[in-house]
Amino acid sequence: MTPLLALLRKEAYHIRRDRRTLAVVLALPVVQVLLFGSAIRTDVKQARLAIVDQAPDEATLVLRNRFAASDAFRIVEVTPRTSDLDRLFRMGKAQAGVVLPVGFAGDLDDGAGASVLIVVDATDPNIGSVLHAYAEAVIRGFERERPTGRRPVQIAATTRMRFNPTRESSNLFVPGLMAFVLTILATLMTAISLTREKESGTIEALLVSPLRPWSIIVGKVFPYLVIGAVAALLIIVEARLVFHVPLRGSVVLLAAEAVLFILASLALGILVSTRTSSQRVAMMMAMAGTMLPNVLLSGFIFPIESMPLPLQVLAKAVPGQWFVTLARGIMLKGIGLEYLWKETLILGAMAAVLLAASAAAFRPRLE
Amino acid sequence: MSGPSKSGPTAPAIEAVELTRRFGAFTAVDRITFEVRHGEVFGFLGANGAGKTTAIRMLTGLLTPSGGTARVAGHDVYTEGEAIKRSIGYMSQRFSLYEDLSPRENARLYGGIYDLTTTEIRERTSTLLARLGLEAVASRPVRELPLGWRQKLALSVALLHRPSIVFLDEPTSGVDPVTRRQFWELIYEAAASGTTVLVTTHYMDEAEYCDRLSIMVAGRISAIGTPAELKRQHGVSSIDDLFVRLARPA
Amino acid sequence: MRRALYLAHAELLHVVRDRATLMQVLLVPLIQILILANAATFEIRETSLWIVDLDRTSASRALVNRFAASGHFDIVGTTPSLEAANDSLLRGDTTLALVIPDNFEAQLVRTRRSEVELVVNAEKGAAAGIVQSYAATILGTYAAELAGPAPPAPRIDIRHRNRYNATLNYRHYMVPGILVALVTIIGTLLTAQNIAREKEFGTLEQLNVTPITRGQFIAGKLVPFWGLGLVELALGLTLGVLVFGIPVRGSVPLLFGVAALYLLVALGIGLWISTIVDTQQQAMFVVFFIVNIYLLMSGLFTPIDSMEPWAQVLTQLNPVRHFVAISRAILVKGAGLADILQPLSILALFAVVVLTSAVLQYRKRAA
Repeated sequence: MTPLLALLRKEAYHIRRDRRTLAVVLALPVVQVLLFGSAIRTDVKQARLAIVDQAPDEATLVLRNRFAASDAFRIVEVTPRTSDLDRLFRMGKAQAGVVLPVGFAGDLDDGAGASVLIVVDATDPNIGSVLHAYAEAVIRGFERERPTGRRPVQIAATTRMRFNPTRESSNLFVPGLMAFVLTILATLMTAISLTREKESGTIEALLVSPLRPWSIIVGKVFPYLVIGAVAALLIIVEARLVFHVPLRGSVVLLAAEAVLFILASLALGILVSTRTSSQRVAMMMAMAGTMLPNVLLSGFIFPIESMPLPLQVLAKAVPGQWFVTLARGIMLKGIGLEYLWKETLILGAMAAVLLAASAAAFRPRLE
Repeated sequence: MSGPSKSGPTAPAIEAVELTRRFGAFTAVDRITFEVRHGEVFGFLGANGAGKTTAIRMLTGLLTPSGGTARVAGHDVYTEGEAIKRSIGYMSQRFSLYEDLSPRENARLYGGIYDLTTTEIRERTSTLLARLGLEAVASRPVRELPLGWRQKLALSVALLHRPSIVFLDEPTSGVDPVTRRQFWELIYEAAASGTTVLVTTHYMDEAEYCDRLSIMVAGRISAIGTPAELKRQHGVSSIDDLFVRLARPA
Repeated sequence: MRRALYLAHAELLHVVRDRATLMQVLLVPLIQILILANAATFEIRETSLWIVDLDRTSASRALVNRFAASGHFDIVGTTPSLEAANDSLLRGDTTLALVIPDNFEAQLVRTRRSEVELVVNAEKGAAAGIVQSYAATILGTYAAELAGPAPPAPRIDIRHRNRYNATLNYRHYMVPGILVALVTIIGTLLTAQNIAREKEFGTLEQLNVTPITRGQFIAGKLVPFWGLGLVELALGLTLGVLVFGIPVRGSVPLLFGVAALYLLVALGIGLWISTIVDTQQQAMFVVFFIVNIYLLMSGLFTPIDSMEPWAQVLTQLNPVRHFVAISRAILVKGAGLADILQPLSILALFAVVVLTSAVLQYRKRAA
């Protein structure tokens, strides 16, 4: 046991000596969460709307006011020409347009029925659907208020957004963001640490020592695990304080799962660096192996159910996805192990397998 | 064995007066004063870390001095750095040709950078390759050449544009004695055609090959003169002995 | 300028001979495009719906049928109580639960107004919003039907049009942006890495001792990567058109013209990075970190309109944001020079600033 302790002490000493790097390493995730948490949103609010009012009359003015008063929209231009819409879309000035017909008030009054066109810049199809619905809602609200011969039927829906009552999309993204940020940290830390040792030859010194490969890996991983855990706690605090993301479940469970996740990521980093002898290639693989999968395949931003089947399968092999589910579950739903045992088990198994694989890959690599 | 002595224009090729360089509290080069005459082979000796490389970097316009003055090829190192670069060649301590390019490609690149015409590049490259016996590997990447050949190639490329002064920083480090001999033959050829050579080395036996030499200890020049003069002055039979004597109190 | 050409020629040789670089330039971007374009989507297939029908009258059943027949929903459970629905929501199996109260029909008959509850699993993020609007539409249509035959009343016929992306194909939105990401990574990374490597190996010193000027040096270094970046764009665009069928409605020469300008910015940033690092590995790390931020805050994955206002302002400083907008405008909306003048001028300004400071910052002589 003593050789291992000596190794641990050496690693700790190295890290403590380089205070500045340590500060940067801890500040990095915190800054990233702040930045991305504020940027990665999908809420639609104050959408830029253009209104084509070919012949303004009393009815069109009322409808225009309804749009202006609506939280969902912000009127950027009112024009009499439909042809203007295209230009506004191309320049990105407007996201949607409502075309009001000539003789709107008249048509409504004599019961001929009027036709309103909602044109949406569907370049982003996601926003497109939502804007259609919002615009329609405003028009229907207007319709209800006009004196009418028939009695309209109204089915009102009260909507409860479960697990995200404030409906801030940041609540959804921040747990996933944590996974993203932690993975980057973890993979980079190990890849750099190990490969640097390999290049400077101290690996040989370690290997001829009485330490077995397992011990070396544990010794190298443990200090970074601690750093990662501290970073995770900082991020959780940040999520609560800055973004007011709820934390309905057990903090302890969340922290424990975070540690498990970091362990899996560190193990992945070690495995990466045992496969390469050059820092440069290690970095490249670390980046390719973490950035892409963790932005995409973890369900952090884009839902996994939306992806084609092969990618969904691939996503299951990425530790990120499991932690995102765990984080969201614990933070937003307040559930515990009784619902999350499967994900926890998988994450644990991944960590174990990756550690074993790196221990195995370690020895022969350097012979 | 010292080379033939040269006489040339009266202004020295290199002159330094109280040249100094500090890095924070540490003085790497401490008020050195020396001059190198045209066509000389000047040995810049000293142990590792004595300040030789720092001095050379100041003289080649790679590093700004902290104090003192220096002129190279008649140009002031502070204000005319770029003019100096046109007249000099340089071979750094670390091998600095491109390893993934061939000898021919390396020569072509540097020939072009020094504004040689296409014809000049072609002719001089052929001459260079023939002189070094590298025709067979002229198109292979340089990393495939053994160390000694690489060093000789680097020297030849540094001389390709026929500079009036060439700085060689530890050019024979790690090279076997036979190759070192061949290397010095190349240096003599250059000197014979009028090139001034300032070469640093920590091999004291190479000191005998120089016209004049200086010995740096801890940033200062402790001795300067021809090998014969120095041996007589200090009553030693080899420059190596002289160096040991000078370096000991330091 | 001859000197710059000699240097550029040597650079090209380096790139072609370095397998790792070639892989970065050719293979990695192609894989990125393929994976990214397939994974980055918010499209929803069939949403799982849970019905809790407490009324069980013909009216409520008719409503349920409307949902079933809409094609958007897949009914995964029907229970008379809320428990099972809640459980399913907690487990994440259901996205939407429709709760019809036990007086649904009665209320409709008496007051022509009734209420239902939509419990949306907001964990699903953007999907939740869309699902909600689908549901609202179905409710609205059903209500209108119940109101009886078309009355002589102000009835507004709302028509919808999706401009530029009638099929609501998410790839058409993502791929133009991904092309920008690709070009950015290539340009910045290769430049930074390349010059950092020369620093590391000492060949940079050899160049610094020659009479080559800063301008010639930078030109010679950047030009090959600039060309490579444009080649990447061409490859990526071809792939996008052939494999994903993305539209090319605007002028391709205009796109490449903007790309040529944009690349100057990307390369300039890479150059700037290379002056502050000492090794290739550091270069990769810094590039990775910066490019990460740029990409996540560029409106590529999530819309800029959804960001916090201060973050939106910040994105004006992000060249990626501008090129992504331009790329989408040209390819999907058929925008012309006049339409993209604003982001284009900002890019031009960036190019001037970045290149000038890179040139000024580069020193042949250490102080």
